[in-house]
Amino acid sequence: MTTKHLLAAVDEDAAPLTHEQLRELYALMASVRHLDTAAVAWQRQGIIPGYAPQLGQEAAQVGSGYAVDRTMDFVFPTYREMGVARAMGVDMVGYMSTHKATWHGGMYNPLESRFAPIQAVVAGSVLHAVGWAHGQTLSGKPDGERGVAMTYFGDGASSQGDVHEAMNFAAVMKAPVVFFIQNNGWAISVPTERQVAGGSVAARAAGYGIPSLQVDGNDVVAVFEATRSAFAHCRAGHGPVVIEAMTYRRGPHSTADDPGRYRTLDEERLGAGEDPLERFRQRLLADGVADAAFFAEAQRRAEEEEEAIRSGIEALGPRPGAEMFSLVFQEPTPTLQSQATAWRKESEHV
Amino acid sequence: MSETITEAPGTATDTAAPVLQMSMQQALNRALDEILADDPKTVIFGEDCGRLGGVFRITDGLQAKHGEERVFDTPLAESGILGMSVGLAMAGFHPIPEVQFDGFAYPAINQIICQIARMNYRSRGTLPMPITLRVPSFGGIRAPEHHGESLEALFAHVPGLKVVSPSNPHDAYHLLKYAATRPDPVIFMEPKSRYWQKGPVDVTSATPGTEASDGGSPTGARVVREGRHLTLVAWGAMVARCLQVAELAAEDGIDVEVLDLRWLKPIDAEALATSVGKTRRAVVVHEAPLTSGLGAEVAQLITQRCFDTLKAPVERVTGFDVPYPSGDLEDEYIPNIDRILFGIQRVLEYRRG
Ligand SMILES: Cc1ncc(C[n+]2csc(CCOP(=O)(O)OP(=O)(O)O)c2C)c(N)n1
Repeated sequence: MTTKHLLAAVDEDAAPLTHEQLRELYALMASVRHLDTAAVAWQRQGIIPGYAPQLGQEAAQVGSGYAVDRTMDFVFPTYREMGVARAMGVDMVGYMSTHKATWHGGMYNPLESRFAPIQAVVAGSVLHAVGWAHGQTLSGKPDGERGVAMTYFGDGASSQGDVHEAMNFAAVMKAPVVFFIQNNGWAISVPTERQVAGGSVAARAAGYGIPSLQVDGNDVVAVFEATRSAFAHCRAGHGPVVIEAMTYRRGPHSTADDPGRYRTLDEERLGAGEDPLERFRQRLLADGVADAAFFAEAQRRAEEEEEAIRSGIEALGPRPGAEMFSLVFQEPTPTLQSQATAWRKESEHV
Repeated sequence: MSETITEAPGTATDTAAPVLQMSMQQALNRALDEILADDPKTVIFGEDCGRLGGVFRITDGLQAKHGEERVFDTPLAESGILGMSVGLAMAGFHPIPEVQFDGFAYPAINQIICQIARMNYRSRGTLPMPITLRVPSFGGIRAPEHHGESLEALFAHVPGLKVVSPSNPHDAYHLLKYAATRPDPVIFMEPKSRYWQKGPVDVTSATPGTEASDGGSPTGARVVREGRHLTLVAWGAMVARCLQVAELAAEDGIDVEVLDLRWLKPIDAEALATSVGKTRRAVVVHEAPLTSGLGAEVAQLITQRCFDTLKAPVERVTGFDVPYPSGDLEDEYIPNIDRILFGIQRVLEYRRG
């Protein structure tokens, strides 16, 4: 289902991406690809206990994250949005610390980065985006200064009741929310056709009167343009938009997963389609936007960056145990304080 | 059983202060009105709380006075209401959502436990959740199923939540104003069977906890009746019932102290120790089922602090381990005067060995 015309009206003047921006998108995708592949290797090497790869989702993540205006918008991720985080300039050591098991939500500052804490409950933050977006409506900020919330979730998460509640709330309140579904074909072992009734997640939007788009999630420019239109639609006060980016999770669900139990390598090759990174490289070459030297340089920088992030997380060390107690409340309870004191006495021997 | 209100000594007698007679419903409504006026970031929302003013009229007139942006109706979806609160808090608002009846907090439990209670921790203190969830709570009004549940132990068990329940209009007014200005999530459990009981409200006290009888702490318990022979520990609607019991016991020469716990998390353990340290006997009274209820927590806190002086094990008089029964059986389920008197008898007659 494509209702693109509904959004086009507010996005007529959007300029095409400049060559500079196209190269930047490629460089972001290259560094996301390299960091993602490296993180899986780190897990095998015992540097981190686990990771949720996003191999094959670089275009969907970078293209959408690139459309966010970090001076006013806010993003609500799940556990697989490393590429969005990177495109938004989130501190990647802070981001990876969640996979290092240093701190559940990550160690970056969500307020400064405009990227909410990493979230393990699927669909957990979809409603938060609606609340945050309604806050923009209530804020009294002038037109053009109100932010848009973008919430990420998967085809599996779309089965959660909270997604229904969120779409209904957002439509009733005309909240400026972009529901960004990465349909990567699978929710762990269950394929989309066993997960989503009604043909697609985007199709559901019609039931709420929300305009929706299905976009080729392996085409970074298409994803960027769809997201930019959706943001313009929301910013102009027209309410929420649903974007379903059709992509494919090429590797395992997580480093603990064994996809061989639910799909064959042949099926994987067939389902995955074109590699979004390679496809974009060919396009930039064909259009004369970038040359071999540029790609080599992008790769070199990606490797340099990955090394810095790896040494950053290796140097992280465990958090002081006292934080376990001190970060529960803004105003700790006496019971918690005495538990902290007892813990200190019994474990730190001070 | 007829309910007569017996007020705490000291709350109604200070003639210098503007003490108003009002019901708990009016006290809560006034508190919300003032919170909205004082803090432009406060927003109140839930099912029917706008134009209707809530099914219990706690938000009566607030939308007309403060506007549809500050007080609004949501679609009928509890997870939606609580999940939305998280985002509003992240955007710098102070949400005071309402769940229409206690039993309808269950569909929102995921958002309450996994999100509201954890976001401050998850975000390392950068995303506080100054949310006050108002829950009309407990039974006693012969309502349909799911309209009279006692969820305090469930909420109190969750790290990251605070829980409070007022027992009278004065505390309702002050505790709500206090809870709504805190930076942490507070579950505010309103004893719905007490909504229409009138009592004195001194609107000039700065916060709850400024009076001698409540130890001077805004999260303190309050001695609502002094006594020498034993302490009845209660909260919410059970406080008024314990005061009735104390009057009856006094006729037999038994001098009962009644401690209104008020905060169920954090629990004022010092007040428990002070009271039971003096009386040396205690009975905890609550509407919730016995097993793993808050009475066990209270009994442990007392045992730990008063073991050497206790003259009997701490007794509990509670609801039963059954799903909340329908109206005809409600009086059998909720601790009544006789059962509380039996509890008192058990601790008074206890003999060692
Ligand atoms: C509420 C909830 N139920 C179950 C899980 C366990 N779980 C983690 S990821 C996942 C599949 C999610 O699939 P999808 O939403 O399509 O996202 P993807 O992982 O494919 O990106 C499941 C079942 C969870 N994290 N949260």
